Amino acid sequence: MNAPSSTTIRTPPPLIFSEVRKSYGETEILKGVTLTLNRGERTALLGSNGSGKSTLLRLIPRITAPTGGEIHVLGKELQHLSRKELKLLRAHIGFVFQKHLLVPRLSALTNTVHGALGRTSFGRAWFHSLAPQPIREEALACLEKVGLANHALKQTRHLSGGQSQRVAIARALMQRPELIIADEPVASLDPESGENVMRLLGELSQTDNLSLLFSTHHLEHALNYADRIVGLSSGRIIFDKRSDQTSLEELRSFYE
Amino acid sequence: MSNDPALSPQAELSLPPRFRFPGMGRTFGIIALFALISLSLHGAEISFSSFREGIPYMKEVLFEMLPPDLSRISNIGALLLDTLYMAIAGTCIGVLFALPLAVLAARTTSPHTALYAISRASVSLARTVPDLVWALFFVVTVGIGSFAGVLTIAIDTLGFCGRFFAESIEEIDHSPEEALETLGAGRCAILATYIFPTCTPSFINTVLFSLEKAVRSSVVLGLVGAGGIGVELKVAMDTLQYGQASTIILCIFVVVLVVEQMSTRARTALLTTS
Ligand SMILES: Nc1ncnc2c1ncn2[C@@H]1O[C@H](COP(=O)(O)OP(=O)(O)O)[C@@H](O)[C@H]1O
Ligand SMILES: [Mg+2]
Repeated sequence: MNAPSSTTIRTPPPLIFSEVRKSYGETEILKGVTLTLNRGERTALLGSNGSGKSTLLRLIPRITAPTGGEIHVLGKELQHLSRKELKLLRAHIGFVFQKHLLVPRLSALTNTVHGALGRTSFGRAWFHSLAPQPIREEALACLEKVGLANHALKQTRHLSGGQSQRVAIARALMQRPELIIADEPVASLDPESGENVMRLLGELSQTDNLSLLFSTHHLEHALNYADRIVGLSSGRIIFDKRSDQTSLEELRSFYE
Repeated sequence: MSNDPALSPQAELSLPPRFRFPGMGRTFGIIALFALISLSLHGAEISFSSFREGIPYMKEVLFEMLPPDLSRISNIGALLLDTLYMAIAGTCIGVLFALPLAVLAARTTSPHTALYAISRASVSLARTVPDLVWALFFVVTVGIGSFAGVLTIAIDTLGFCGRFFAESIEEIDHSPEEALETLGAGRCAILATYIFPTCTPSFINTVLFSLEKAVRSSVVLGLVGAGGIGVELKVAMDTLQYGQASTIILCIFVVVLVVEQMSTRARTALLTTS
C-alpha cells in the first residue's frame, strides 16, 4: 500500500516483447512478435479476427505462457517469476476484457474493491463492507472517475453493458496500475456506449499517465484515442505508426 | 397434407412405414422390462385374499383412532418440538460440512482429481444409504436418543446438499474467475468473492428443500431409537392406543405442513430480494 511508483528513479518500458512465439498444438499463432511500449503511451492493436490479438494480450498477465521469446512486463521477465512474484506483478496490470467479467451478484463498489485483491492481505478486499476504510474510499473515488459513484451499491447484474464495462475500468484503476490492457473493450457495446467507454479509457490513462494497450476493430477509435497504432498480421507486427502520421485510408488498406 | 407447398414431391413417395422394428437391443430391453415387472408382482407376495381379510381390521383401527385422544397433547407437543430441534440442528451441521465438501466435489473447483473422486464418493455414500440405516448405525455407536438423530440428519443433509451444491458450482459461468485471477486473487478469494455469491440463490433453495426433507425424516427416526416423536408413535401403536397414535399423526401432519409453507415463503422472500 505504498504511494504509486512515481518515486522510482529510472523506469523501464512497461512492456517489451522480443521474438515472442505462441502455438496452439501444430498451429503457430504468433510467429515472433517484437514490440516495445513506451511509458505513458496509448497504443492501439489492430488485426483481423483470429489474427492473435487476444492471444498476444493474454500473454502479458501470463494467463497463458508463450512457446518462445521473452516478455518483460514493468521491468520483470515473466518466465522467471515465482507464483508470488507473478501475483504481485498482476496486481499492477489492469486488464479489461471484451466481456466485463464482473461478479453479477455483488455491488459495483465491491467489484471495484476487488481491484485491491492483489495487494491486500487475506479477506480485506473481498467485500466492500469488510474492507478497511481507505480501500472503500479509494474504490468510491475510482467509481467516481468512471461516473458511477451514484450506482455504488447496485448489483452489477442490474447495470447496462456500458455501465458494467465502466465498472470493470474502475476495478482496473483500483489496481493502481502502471499498465492497462484492454481486449476489444467496446466490441460488445452499442456505438454510443462504446464511444463513451473508449473516451473514458483514453482520457483516464492520459490524466494518470498510464500506459494503455488496447485491441480494437474500430479504426476511428484507434485514431482518436491512441498515440500509436500497431497492426498484427500473420503472427507478426507489420504496421507501426504514430496515430497522427497515418490516416483512415492507410489503416483500411492494412485490412486488405 | 399432400397439398402442403412446403413438401417436396419426393416426400410423398417415401411415406414412412407405420411401425419399424426397434432393433435387437431395444427388443431385448423391452422383454427384460416386462419379465422384471411380472417377476416383481409375483415375488412381492401380493395377495388379494389377505387384503380382503385385512379390510375389517383396517376399519376397526381407523374407528378406534377417532376421536383423537388429546390427554397427552402437551407431552406430544414437547416431543415434536424436540424433533424439530433435531431436524434444524442436523441440517445446520450438515450444511456446514456440505459447503467445503461441495467445493472439493465440483469438477470446476476441486484442487485435485483424487480429492474430487474421494469427495464425490463420500457425498454419494451419504446420499444413497437410507436415513434409517444411518440412524441404526448411530444408535449403535453413540446410543439411543436425539444425538443419533442429529447425526443421521446431518449425514443425510451432507449427501443431499453436497450433491446439489456441487452441481450448482459446476453450472455457473466460470469466465469471471479468470478476471479475478489476473487481479491477483487466490483460490480462497475466488471462492468467497465469486463462487459463493453467484451460487447463493441456488444454495438457499437447496438448504430449504433439505430442511423440509429433514423435518419429514426426523419424525420417523424415533422408530429405531434415534430420538424425536417417532418412538412415541411406535409405543402408541404397539400398545394399541390408537387414539393417541392418531393425535401424533395429526400433529406430525400439521408440523410438516407448516414447515413446508414457511419454507416456501422464505424461498420467495429470499430469492426475490437476493
Ligand atoms: N485456447 C486456444 N486453443 C487453441 N486455439 C486457440 C486458443 N485460443 C485461441 N486460439 C486460436 O488462435 C487464433 C487467434 O485467436 P485470438 O487470439 O482470439 O484472435 P483475435 O483476438 O485476434 O480475434 C484463432 O485461430 C483461435 O482459434
Ligand atoms: Mg479477440
